Amino acid sequence: MNNTTKKTSTGSDKQIDHAAIDASITQRQEVSAIGAIIRTQPFWVFVAILCIATVMTFVSDAFMTERNMFNITRNFAFFGIMALGMSAVICTAGIDLSVGSLLGLCAITLGLTMQSGWGIEMGFIVCMLTAAIVGFINGFLIAYLKMAPFVVTLGMLAMARSIAMVLSNNKMIYEFGPDMELFEWIGGESMLGVPNVVWLLIVMTLIFWWIWKYSTWGRWVVAIGGNAHAAKLAGIPVERMIVSVYVVCSMCTGLAAFMFIGYTGSATNGMGVSYELNVIAATVIGGANLMGGIVYAFGAAIGAALVELIRNSLLLAGIPALWQQFFVGLFLILAVLLEQIRNRGR
Amino acid sequence: MSLLELKEITKRFGAISALQGVNLAIEAGEAVGLMGDNGAGKSTLMKIIAGNFPPTSGDIRIDGNLVSFNKPLDARNSGIEIVYQDLALCDNLTASANVFLGRELKKKIGPFSMLDYRGMNERAGELFTELKSETRPRDLVKQMSGGQRQAVAIARTRLSDPKLVLMDEPTAAISVRQVAEVLSLIKRLKDTGHAVVLVSHRMPDVFEVCDRVAVLRRGIKVADKSIDQTSTEEVTGLITGAVEAA
Ligand SMILES: Nc1ncnc2c1ncn2[C@@H]1O[C@H](COP(=O)(O)OP(=O)(O)OP(=O)(O)O)[C@@H](O)[C@H]1O
Ligand SMILES: [Mg+2]
Repeated sequence: MNNTTKKTSTGSDKQIDHAAIDASITQRQEVSAIGAIIRTQPFWVFVAILCIATVMTFVSDAFMTERNMFNITRNFAFFGIMALGMSAVICTAGIDLSVGSLLGLCAITLGLTMQSGWGIEMGFIVCMLTAAIVGFINGFLIAYLKMAPFVVTLGMLAMARSIAMVLSNNKMIYEFGPDMELFEWIGGESMLGVPNVVWLLIVMTLIFWWIWKYSTWGRWVVAIGGNAHAAKLAGIPVERMIVSVYVVCSMCTGLAAFMFIGYTGSATNGMGVSYELNVIAATVIGGANLMGGIVYAFGAAIGAALVELIRNSLLLAGIPALWQQFFVGLFLILAVLLEQIRNRGR
Repeated sequence: MSLLELKEITKRFGAISALQGVNLAIEAGEAVGLMGDNGAGKSTLMKIIAGNFPPTSGDIRIDGNLVSFNKPLDARNSGIEIVYQDLALCDNLTASANVFLGRELKKKIGPFSMLDYRGMNERAGELFTELKSETRPRDLVKQMSGGQRQAVAIARTRLSDPKLVLMDEPTAAISVRQVAEVLSLIKRLKDTGHAVVLVSHRMPDVFEVCDRVAVLRRGIKVADKSIDQTSTEEVTGLITGAVEAA
């Protein structure tokens, strides 16, 4: 808080005592910075992560090893990157069910491009372009034709997967042309002991944090989520903003696809099946509200981390993998319940 | 030449005829009170002037030039600011974010332009002080009282220097102290050559600050008189229909 002196010359009488009171009101903030953090969902999910991790160090010796940490972070990074984009969509009270299929489609267009001898740059451009086009179609139908996001992206889920199958002719791609080595290094290797994809997640989280806090685009997306009608009246180009939000979400998935194919070293049209569930779960666990208007950059990564941690913990604890989705679902419901309880407390 | 001139404004919503051939002229430095029963068409008229939707038929002239607003931004760019009856605020944003919504202050750091929180909070704080409203710029609108929310909506119109300010029941939820402040704001606006349209159900407010009063009844303008030539009794009669027209 600062001590700037306030202007008191507003033209009416006996200003002095009011002005002093009002100035102090102006400067006052409801809660301190730490208080504000403690009130957020991502903070409590982070606490849950620490608790589970503490328990797991006792349950399994394999848990706190460098190798396992490396695996966990790398695995959740792919979902985290997709969840960053999903947060934007959910912030506008929308939903994107097509991200899993889009991952598969991007894998195929990217794979086919590089397989036929193009370099990594072209592969990257084609991958991102595929994503941008799909995002644009989603966004256009939702923003301008006022169709429900759930229906549009459900349709896209089916269509994108089908196109991936047609394009790939149902064959796996494992040959990525001249830049194959670089491509697989980017997706699968690490720098300073941290997987490249985790670096990417860190950088993107920081970028999104900045966007949500300091950019007009971010401010307007949050405003649209809060009250789209009011945003429109305030002169915000709501339709264009919504299209851009779906394009951003899809392009995050495009980036995740680029990294994921490099990591697995092969592309099939079945990639990403049911990923939308994990991505939406991660986003919601991370504090996004399906009613819109709430977004945390760190929430996406933290939510994705919790989902992966659950998976990893069950594995190490010797619980059959069949239980995985049960626990992801359970935590999803618990996260929403937690939010309800916190809101009631206000 | 009037600042704003409405000619034969008609608005239909399907079968409902909200406005029927309304004429209204407003001069610079003038405050016009717009009164009428619930559903008389007051808000509809305000929204047409503010560019929310076009009239079904009729002309709008500003400084003698024919205009047609396709969106609220067009009206704002022509110097018209409005306080909506439902306030049109984003509950999930702070008071200062709402005041500056759509015209955020930015500062440049190297190649990046970013939101200027401090600048916006300070300016919003000044505007609230001016309105004598105990509204904290950093608080979320969600947690605010009706009066504080109204202050936020009014503060919004103070960002630019508009020619015409439309206020749709700006005093409905505020305290005596703040009502006095809003009325004194309207007087200041008049003194500095701005025009104001005040929609209100509060007769004393209208008689205190307005130069003229126009009455709508079921979408038809039944009176448009100078304040000195009418009385609260007559206006009440006009609103209810006890007095046919004047
Ligand atoms: N968007 C709309 N769609 C359909 N009908 C509408 C719409 N907006 C207003 N109306 C109708 O037009 C008429 C005039 O409404 P308006 O809101 O202008 O009244 P008002 O004079 O502002 O009333 P109040 O004092 O209650 O605010 C009403 O019959 C209302 O139902
Ligand atoms: Mg009204």
